[in-house]
Amino acid sequence: MKRLFFAFLAGGLFGAGLMISGMTDTSKVQGWLDVFGNWDPTLAFVMGGGIMPMAAAWAYARGRKPIMGGTFPAPAEPKVGRNLVLGSILFGMGWGLAGLCPGPAVASLSYGGWPHWLFLAAMLLGFAAAPFVRTQLDSAVPAE
Amino acid sequence: MNAIPIDWILGLCGGLMIGLGGAVFLLANGRIMGASGLIGGLVDGTGRGNTAERVVFLLGVFLLPVLLTPVFRIDTTHASQNVIVLIAAGLLVGVGTRLANGCTSGHGVCGMSRLSLRGFVATIFYIMAGGLTVVLFRHILGVI
Repeated sequence: MKRLFFAFLAGGLFGAGLMISGMTDTSKVQGWLDVFGNWDPTLAFVMGGGIMPMAAAWAYARGRKPIMGGTFPAPAEPKVGRNLVLGSILFGMGWGLAGLCPGPAVASLSYGGWPHWLFLAAMLLGFAAAPFVRTQLDSAVPAE
Repeated sequence: MNAIPIDWILGLCGGLMIGLGGAVFLLANGRIMGASGLIGGLVDGTGRGNTAERVVFLLGVFLLPVLLTPVFRIDTTHASQNVIVLIAAGLLVGVGTRLANGCTSGHGVCGMSRLSLRGFVATIFYIMAGGLTVVLFRHILGVI
């Protein structure tokens, strides 16, 4: 139960932060990406603001255990593979097209109107299709 | 000297809240706050072991903006009304983030803050791909 409380608290901070920071405004996200247009640096402040508490949390986590037990997630192997690069490129294309990524897509549902619901539906379909795409990709051209 | 734009200050404040949410999720529950992974795991079944934690987190992401709406009203998110753009973008974000194992929150905020190589590489690629997509579809094709 306490675990769920912390999950709700974390989600609430995340959702409120996304809303307040302007990251659910697709014009601000596309404005950040649009270096040849009217460039909007807001996203850099958001990313910087997000990284600071997170870096402190990682530093604090060293040699400790999570409050609810278990262990902290080990760092992923520093392996940069095809799927990481290709996936990030595909993600970036979708991010640029609509100005939305998974977090803001959920945070904005209550006030964004039908385009946000349509984007979410397509994104969920993409999530469902991803394991199949990964398998096809790995069998056609082995990643490593 | 000009005043710092309010959008940058809100961006930083919202960003700090996002990072605080990530810190709570990490230090309390020992989990990485990655939106694509948390939602994607519900869709493709890989998150079956902790469904409730994921659902409650997402409930927080959705609900806090609802509660904030009376004091922090957002009239428009400037989202595209182009059905094809929205569907294509959603599919790309869905497949891409799962293939890359993370998005702006997981690789960007949580990954880069622990100096993860994969986090930096992913972030560089999705920002570059997003930038090129905006240039192509906004300035050359005029679709978005």
